[in-house]
Amino acid sequence: MDRSLSFDFARRFPRGPTIRARAELALDGERVTVLFGPSGSGKTTALRALAGLDRPDEGVIRFAGETWFDGSAGAFVRPQRRAVGFLFQDYALFPHLGVARNIGFGVRRLGRAAREARVRELAARLGIEALLSRRPAELSGGQRQRVALARALAPSPRLLLLDEPLSALDAPARAELRGELRRTLESSGVPAIVVTHDRVEALALGDRMVVMIDGAIRQAGRVDDVFAAPADVDVARVVGTENVLRVRLARRAEGLAFVRSGAVELAAIDPGGLEDEAWACIRAEEIVLEDAPGPITSAQNLLPGAVVARAEEGPLVRLKLDCGTPLVALVTRASAERLGLVPGRRIAALVKAPAVRLVPRNG
Amino acid sequence: MDPSALRLSFALATLTTLALLGLGLPIAHWLATSRWRWKFLVEAVVALPLVLPPTVLGFYLLFGLGPNSPLGRAWEAVFGQRFPFSFGGLLVASVLYSLPFAVQPFSAALAAVDPRLVEASHSLGVSSLATFFRVTLPLSWNGILAGAVLTFAHTLGEFGVVLMVGGNIAGETRTLSIAIFDHVQALEYGPANRTSALLLAMSFAVLVLVYALQRRPFLRWTGR
Repeated sequence: MDRSLSFDFARRFPRGPTIRARAELALDGERVTVLFGPSGSGKTTALRALAGLDRPDEGVIRFAGETWFDGSAGAFVRPQRRAVGFLFQDYALFPHLGVARNIGFGVRRLGRAAREARVRELAARLGIEALLSRRPAELSGGQRQRVALARALAPSPRLLLLDEPLSALDAPARAELRGELRRTLESSGVPAIVVTHDRVEALALGDRMVVMIDGAIRQAGRVDDVFAAPADVDVARVVGTENVLRVRLARRAEGLAFVRSGAVELAAIDPGGLEDEAWACIRAEEIVLEDAPGPITSAQNLLPGAVVARAEEGPLVRLKLDCGTPLVALVTRASAERLGLVPGRRIAALVKAPAVRLVPRNG
Repeated sequence: MDPSALRLSFALATLTTLALLGLGLPIAHWLATSRWRWKFLVEAVVALPLVLPPTVLGFYLLFGLGPNSPLGRAWEAVFGQRFPFSFGGLLVASVLYSLPFAVQPFSAALAAVDPRLVEASHSLGVSSLATFFRVTLPLSWNGILAGAVLTFAHTLGEFGVVLMVGGNIAGETRTLSIAIFDHVQALEYGPANRTSALLLAMSFAVLVLVYALQRRPFLRWTGR
């Protein structure tokens, strides 16, 4: 089925910013696309325009061969006709209706028996059968999110749009629901676009990533590629973590998780919830460089390798390393001179276990 | 007390309230949701009867819908009765005069409904009209009921517009407030007092109901 989404539109706010969003997403192979950026970058505006809840001032939006919006032709497909599921940040459950009637809200035309079967099917899939007779006011944040997801999925949407789906939850619930949300999105078979400003969420949920800064899309690509190779300084600042490695859990010992990326094994603090695959995130400034072979230190991870490239960044020097896996390190100019860090130089990269942050990636 | 005046007042108030539910709700909904830049002009027009002397409204209605105007002749052709000094004329005048008393509470009640809920309904494929009945109305009924009750009470007590447009025809246009005026003119203080006390008690009861409705909904389903 053709599920390509292409858009190129602008939305102007009087006495405010202008949001310009332009991207082409295949959405078929990659289930979850993360629309990532700092708050105020225009992510939600872009998402609302895709849903038809906001009308852009100019441009085009096309999905699966249909034109949803064409500013010059005056074409606008109403949200009702787009068959798009939208998950609001605060979930927007209907407070006057019970959970079952919330879930069944969009499938009224099915008739009573079919509607009830559909509600039960979705409740079973999301593990909320026990809540069907409750009112939204009686639910916890995580339960509301599941009900809202079930409601959005009930009419079998062709595309699911999620606006900061975890931000209404407190920190423990957020960590717990991240993996669950990823599994739900993956098993639903509906391509999803998730807006978030949280790096961990982007890593945990996304296959692809679109970075939006100051009302414009600056980079699009695979999640790990965007983290590893930001297109420019702004993207690098926003994504923050320079080293994102795709790893598998090798073993656990003494509260540490040992993960492997190719030939390299890294020790990290076990975040819990780790099954098999994960992302290992290391900030460039957390990597200490030593003369190879390194002396004995307290650092758990000692990776021998070599400098590949060097770039000056004000008082700092950004170094690309090859330590069996590509790494980026940020050191002061003085350190770089003292160690003679130029391409080809053999070094050892030291990383303390707490500096390796693991983001479980289940499903 | 004049039973025909009581009947007439209740009939007029009931019909005015029903007419304003039909006419006022769409206007209120538009006022609550529209982002048209000249919306304030419409708001000012709707609020005019709040500040206008009833005589001014009455004068223009008589002038515009009187037997010498094209609209007045059309009225006569359709209803078989002249606009001035008829119950129909009284109803039109009441509807216009009570418009802000209905539209403002309606509009406040509709505006208090979280627009996200309306958008959620739209993105679930539900039409705007169905969304109004399935989401907006169930979440704003207490404000709408308050507006309807206020309209009813306001119509019950109006005097100036009734006198201007309707005159004082027993059984056709003599409402309770006109009857009180008549009694006082004729120095019949007993009947004037009884009618006045009735209106006072009803008005007070209605206002108690309105404020109770606005303070706390009877059903607690606004748990947001």
